[in-house]
Amino acid sequence: MAADLWTALFIAILAAFTGYEVIGRVPVLLHTPLMSGSNFIHGIVLVGGIVALGIATDPLEQAVGFVAVVMGAMNVTGGYVVTERILAMFDRSKRKGGAK
Amino acid sequence: MTIDVVPDTINAVYVVAVIVFILGLKAMSSPETARRGILFAGIAMLIAVLVTFLSPGLSNFALIALGVAIGGLAGWYWARVVQMTAMPQMVAMFNGMGGGAAAAIAAVELLSSLSNLATAGLSVAGGVIGSISIAGSVIAFLKLQGWLRSKPIVLPARQVVNTAVVVVGVGFGAFALLRTDAVWLLPFFAFLLLYGILLTLPIGGADMPVVISLFNALTGIAVALDGFALVNGPLGDAGYAMVIAGTLVGAAGSLLTLLMAKAMNRSVANVFFGAFGATEETGGPVQGQMKPIDAADAAVLMAYANQVVIVPGYGMAVAQAQQKVKELADLLESKGVSVKFGIHPVAGRMPGHMNVLLAEAGISYDKLFDRDEINAEFPSTDVVLVLGANDVVNPAAHRKGSPLEGMPILDVEQAKNVIVIKRGQGKGFAGIENDLFYRDNCRMLYGDAQQVVGKLVTELKK
Repeated sequence: MAADLWTALFIAILAAFTGYEVIGRVPVLLHTPLMSGSNFIHGIVLVGGIVALGIATDPLEQAVGFVAVVMGAMNVTGGYVVTERILAMFDRSKRKGGAK
Repeated sequence: MTIDVVPDTINAVYVVAVIVFILGLKAMSSPETARRGILFAGIAMLIAVLVTFLSPGLSNFALIALGVAIGGLAGWYWARVVQMTAMPQMVAMFNGMGGGAAAAIAAVELLSSLSNLATAGLSVAGGVIGSISIAGSVIAFLKLQGWLRSKPIVLPARQVVNTAVVVVGVGFGAFALLRTDAVWLLPFFAFLLLYGILLTLPIGGADMPVVISLFNALTGIAVALDGFALVNGPLGDAGYAMVIAGTLVGAAGSLLTLLMAKAMNRSVANVFFGAFGATEETGGPVQGQMKPIDAADAAVLMAYANQVVIVPGYGMAVAQAQQKVKELADLLESKGVSVKFGIHPVAGRMPGHMNVLLAEAGISYDKLFDRDEINAEFPSTDVVLVLGANDVVNPAAHRKGSPLEGMPILDVEQAKNVIVIKRGQGKGFAGIENDLFYRDNCRMLYGDAQQVVGKLVTELKK
């Protein structure tokens, strides 16, 4: 196996522990933003889609790569907007309550 | 070390993006920091996507730009206009898009590098998980949207059929690798998409928090696997970013999935393979009868209480009653009643669903309490108002032999009075009689949640 793949494997293991530790104890209140936010973060798949379509040569590869880019772009913008909307509501509800 | 300006710049940006992603996720553990976290993560993502265009050796720029524009605008627009109540299905849909993108990237890798065993093997793995994730997420979307029956759809001999489908599908993938013949990729993807559909059809609505959360984790893992495959190719730098971000999401998502399953005292496997709620319990040892109450009496009961705890469930979401609930809570507070909300972790259709809806109505989140916090308060609470929740307040969970046995519930029966707002006399999602409704301190207030809460508000204003 190529050295690059071993490197990537080490990185993945560290990232798995990081993900586990970083989330730790998230309150129920933030379960939706957490899920929606991580949904946005795996939108990094768009970068892979761009590369895949960028090096595609024949029409079939181009077509499938194009699908990857469209879906990846939907994932990333949709995930961001949904998360932002949810968090904006928490901000507002805090202020209204705090004003009392 | 020689400096190679373009690739080094791209890598530096990816490193920064990854750091910001981790910090952004970390910021999700507190409501004060969460919004800043997502903003920074968004900026990092934008820059990461932009520098990818600089990667040496790319072509098809027009197609890429067109794809980004179409997908980006569609996602942006859809996420903007959708009602807050449709949030669970939106999260499912955008997650499915990520899974689909991962599957499509795997397909491109397979088409172009089928002879490279490491790349192709990793791509097959990414293709398997990505396909299951998109097909399953779309079914979850259809169920949540109400376009597919929310009750479990159980096909005969499904365990055997499902296992056969996934084994044959992966077999086609292996065939493609061994014969280095791309023609086998078509049945490979077809069978795995079918598996994703078959896997999700038998899962009922109330189990959706586990399902959405798991598919989110799966998409993360698929993205990481694609990342591995890219690392092994000519433009590996983007692959590392995908490995880290994907694994991060895979780990965080798995943790959340386990939390959700634990909140129902069931294993993730039971959620996926158990077809829970497809059968109805017959003849539980329930005695007594349900006692109705009308809105006027219920309003009086609450108006003279010291503390009222409201327990919302999916019924509140269906009836879109959260604005009325806010009115009710404000009115009661103006009469000097302390109002709190008790939130079960799996109430609703996605993790944290109730919190989002109540926040939308402008209810301050410091009035919302987790199961453990609020359970300590019930014995000193005068009135509990159960609003469209059922299984999560069913004391049958404490009874041996009940299908709900061992599920951690909200012990509302310990309050002095319990008022249950419910559309009819039917059972909850689990198909189990709710012992609570037959308790001496429990009264039933029948009707649509929004109308009934509206009536309570009118009565309280008198």
